[in-house]
Amino acid sequence: MNITKTNPGADTARADTPAMLPPVDVVEDTTRIVLYADLPGVPKDKLNLRVEADTLTIEAEVSLPMNTQMEASHAEVQVPRFQRSFTLGQELDRAHISAELKNGVLTLTIPKAEHAKPRRIEVVAA
Amino acid sequence: MYRNPFTSDLLAELERLQRQAQRFTGPATSIRGYDRLGFPALNVGGTPDSVEVYAFAPGLDPKTIDVTVERGVLSISGERAATLPQAGAPGGGATVHINERFQGRFQRAISLSDDADPARVSASYTNGVLHISVKRRESSQPRRIEVH
Repeated sequence: MNITKTNPGADTARADTPAMLPPVDVVEDTTRIVLYADLPGVPKDKLNLRVEADTLTIEAEVSLPMNTQMEASHAEVQVPRFQRSFTLGQELDRAHISAELKNGVLTLTIPKAEHAKPRRIEVVAA
Repeated sequence: MYRNPFTSDLLAELERLQRQAQRFTGPATSIRGYDRLGFPALNVGGTPDSVEVYAFAPGLDPKTIDVTVERGVLSISGERAATLPQAGAPGGGATVHINERFQGRFQRAISLSDDADPARVSASYTNGVLHISVKRRESSQPRRIEVH
């Protein structure tokens, strides 16, 4: 998997292909934001993470080992593609995003920039 | 659109209409937020000698997934643990902004055709997809009979 930073406006051609919206959980604490996305059936090499200006985009393709003779009789997942975008605030350090893909769950950790972390100020008795 | 004129269950009709309406939410098929009835999503298909089932169930420990076949019904069940901090937990300060992913107990069942052999079932879990293959009984394979 690769996280690439591209110029705004580049590579938007795929935005029109139908895709599923992966369900996500987003948690924020004092030092970072963590995003969990369900991407079942996506191997590491089919996952594409992009940060363009303020937008984080997750794009992935489902790749299942399938018998070529198989005929589907009931398909609840019909589009083998995921795509979802999020806007990131200025306080997030997009240069240090880390990602892990395990058992079809993507965990993205986006740390907050140093200047945005809360700092406790000592109050001294005067 | 199929409407059953003989329905006496209004609630089921309303649910069916709502499901149909949800399908037309735009050009992209949306799978956001598995609801209680729909996790994991299933794709079922067949080959000449097997029935193939794919359950889209990411984030599980394969040892805790229960796959059983009883009286011709294949049942997939288990529990997905919450990855989010519970409200009021210590080490606090964490805020949950979005919570769409399914968590909790789930169970889905598929009826298998008569020619599926429950003694020949294999299951594997890769990239969050549970793949179950049920071989069809040998005696049900079409056989060509020689004419002398």
